[in-house]
Amino acid sequence: MRKQGQEKLITHIIRIAGSSSILFILLIFFFLMREGLPALAEVKLSDLFSTRWYPIEDLFGILPLLSGSLIVTVFSILIALPLGAGTAIYIGEIAPRKVNEILKPTIEILAGIPSVVLGFLGILVLSPFMRETFNLPTGLTAFTGSFLLALISIPTIVSIAEDALYAVPNTYRDAAYALGASKWQVIWNVVLPAAKSGIMTAVMLGVGRSLGETMAVMMVTGNAPTVFSGLNSFIAPVRTMTATIASEMGEVASGSLHYRILFLIGIILFIFSLIINVYSSNTLAKRTAKSRAKMVS
Amino acid sequence: MMIQGKKFTESARSKHITQGIAFTIIRVIAVVTVLPILGIVVYIVVRGLPAISWEFLTAMPRDGMRAGGILPAIVGTFYLMIGTAAFAIPLGLAGGIYLSEYSEDNVWTRLIRVAIISLAGVPSVVYGLFGLGLFVLFFQFGISILSASLTLSIMTLPVIISTTEESLRSVPYQFRIVGISLGGTQWQTIRKVILPQALPGIITGIILGLERAVGETAPILFTGATFFLPRLPSSPLDATMALPYHIFVISTQVPGMPIQIQYGTVLVLMVFVLGMNLIASLIRSRARANRQW
Repeated sequence: MRKQGQEKLITHIIRIAGSSSILFILLIFFFLMREGLPALAEVKLSDLFSTRWYPIEDLFGILPLLSGSLIVTVFSILIALPLGAGTAIYIGEIAPRKVNEILKPTIEILAGIPSVVLGFLGILVLSPFMRETFNLPTGLTAFTGSFLLALISIPTIVSIAEDALYAVPNTYRDAAYALGASKWQVIWNVVLPAAKSGIMTAVMLGVGRSLGETMAVMMVTGNAPTVFSGLNSFIAPVRTMTATIASEMGEVASGSLHYRILFLIGIILFIFSLIINVYSSNTLAKRTAKSRAKMVS
Repeated sequence: MMIQGKKFTESARSKHITQGIAFTIIRVIAVVTVLPILGIVVYIVVRGLPAISWEFLTAMPRDGMRAGGILPAIVGTFYLMIGTAAFAIPLGLAGGIYLSEYSEDNVWTRLIRVAIISLAGVPSVVYGLFGLGLFVLFFQFGISILSASLTLSIMTLPVIISTTEESLRSVPYQFRIVGISLGGTQWQTIRKVILPQALPGIITGIILGLERAVGETAPILFTGATFFLPRLPSSPLDATMALPYHIFVISTQVPGMPIQIQYGTVLVLMVFVLGMNLIASLIRSRARANRQW
């Protein structure tokens, strides 16, 4: 009897503790809303979506911040996608095993380097280099930020893209070889198209990483809230949503309008990240289900 | 079907040339991706090593942090790691065990999975906001090690849950049948048979999760980190210095900071983080070699 009671108790504990993730995500949602939503009662939407972010004068236009996040994210993916996908192809299709034994742990090391360390090197090494090479007034620019973000999203892109390549059944490859294709033709015409959706997912998750990254961007993008104005914006300072929260939250009185608006920006980031992650995990799950079905049939 | 209508009829020579060019490009890409990583590690070691001394690791900062050591930051990071582990490990283990051993394929389980995926994607600075709203202000824990650890542990949870689940699932089903058939209850089987088999994978996951927590700055910015402490924190309700935040502070907020101290601090954090990474890989590879199934 005692054994049974104990068993029941433990099962209950595990069941409750195991479901705690649901509680936490709801708590995050609730507390962001609780602190952020009241801002909407105090600020008109038209003021919110204006182009001046100047909290001292109660100007809370978030367009420059949205634009800043967008610029650095788009550019970081433009750098990270070819590098990440290329490296995944090399690891998955071309490299000898011995090389992979060095390559994979190295990519893991990159995933482990704290973003504040990359930001630090960004300030001391990358930004002076940028300033001198491109003859700019400052090296703290959108491009410098994008470059660091690329480094941060590369491990994610490599590992998801590599999984996608791995999931392509070998029968596809064999069929193409039998038709006289070279190894490269197999990769280019068969493996990559078959892994396309997985690589897209990798890009999505990379976007998520870049959009949510805080320290590295805050340290190297110069933090000037400007709206995108042509290609010059890439080599000018920008300010992202994450950097705004991180750099200003320490100085505001809790409960003030400025405080609530920063939480509102947090809600926007939270919703973006939810959409990206739930969407990409769905496509990942669908693909595995599909490839399983294929193997069975 | 994907290659329908596609004919691989180019001459062997042109195929060979195209492939040569393509492979060269791919190899260059791989090198371009990997070299900066090694470059970063080597550069930090070379620049940081001269700063490392017994005093640097064990003394309090002096002269507005421009001299002396970084002991409070090291100790603070250590405390945050312990605090995070204290909350994240039990909850993470329970989550992994539940998903692998107890859950059925129903709406509730799917909700848990969506919640875990969502938690994994929440930006670190948003965790900071959440920790500020819930732990610092609502529960009135203040800016403290406790608030920061709780915030970090929720951020770490998805990693620990997923790796625990994965390691448990990789233990063959027969182990469970044998456990039950010997008269064990489900929990006894899990605890005495399944968990020990899955342990190396679980520990690897825990270390990787904590590694991430230790390196994070944004979640502790408004929940537990402080600019400077004249003494070590003495209770979980004290604010603390931490290595990542300290790097941020001395590289952006303190003018005239000696460059050597900056690189030294970065090196200490890197050793912390990459050391954990190394331990995790060692455990994983040893377990793979010793596996009996």
